[in-house]
Amino acid sequence: MIATYWQAPLMIATVVITSSIGEVLTAGAMKTIGDLDEIRARAGMKGAIKAVVTCPLFFIGIFFMAAAFFSLLLALNHMNLSLVGPAAASLTLVTNTIAAKLFLKENVDHRRWAAAILVCVGVYFLAH
Amino acid sequence: MSHARLTFQQFLILAFVSISVPLGDACLSRGMTSLPAISLAHPLSLIGAVFTPWIALGILLLIGYFASYLTALSWADLTYVMPATAMGNVILALLAHFWLREAISWQRWLGVALITVGVAFVAQGPVNTTPTPNAADAQKEVEG
Repeated sequence: MIATYWQAPLMIATVVITSSIGEVLTAGAMKTIGDLDEIRARAGMKGAIKAVVTCPLFFIGIFFMAAAFFSLLLALNHMNLSLVGPAAASLTLVTNTIAAKLFLKENVDHRRWAAAILVCVGVYFLAH
Repeated sequence: MSHARLTFQQFLILAFVSISVPLGDACLSRGMTSLPAISLAHPLSLIGAVFTPWIALGILLLIGYFASYLTALSWADLTYVMPATAMGNVILALLAHFWLREAISWQRWLGVALITVGVAFVAQGPVNTTPTPNAADAQKEVEG
């Protein structure tokens, strides 16, 4: 089945939005937990796993990432990977950068904006 | 802990994150396109797709990606990890050209160049710009 003219952007937008929410929540959870390499050195692999699975924010992030995954599967069933992959990857880079600045308070300087936009356009061209 | 530059182990983790996503996505695509069309009216039939070989292999690669990705996010900014791991697309394009002898159009070479420059931009900056909790405090919190 081929996606109709309104289904294609809707499916890609669903992948992008759910993916961005999931990635920003997960990144926020990992920032709250701290450096996993240090925790593993101090408390072993069990300690690192425990630190991750006892963080509620992590599971909310996982929920949205799972939603993004099934949205991607559905989109791949209706459209080619050459369309869905680059479109979702490019747009997610931009939405993640905005969300990281707003919600994670990351210092997104000119260098990081330039990197996000160059990679976004690069991924688009790579698909052609 | 804030890192100014990557250690070798951290570099390897970012490299695995880069490679596993395009490979995993390719497996998912191969699996999903070989299945009959799934109707939007029956989204639960997607669950059955998970148990087909190509989709299962794609999921295994993506699980490995996720564990590495979480580790990377614990010591690096999201806006650092995202562009840095885009190098996987470049590596796949170079492998396709030099190993599989696939023709690469000028648009794809332009894409390779843009991503490489973008990654170089972000690699020059700090890995982490946000304060992260001290690992010992975080561990006490977990144990408490």
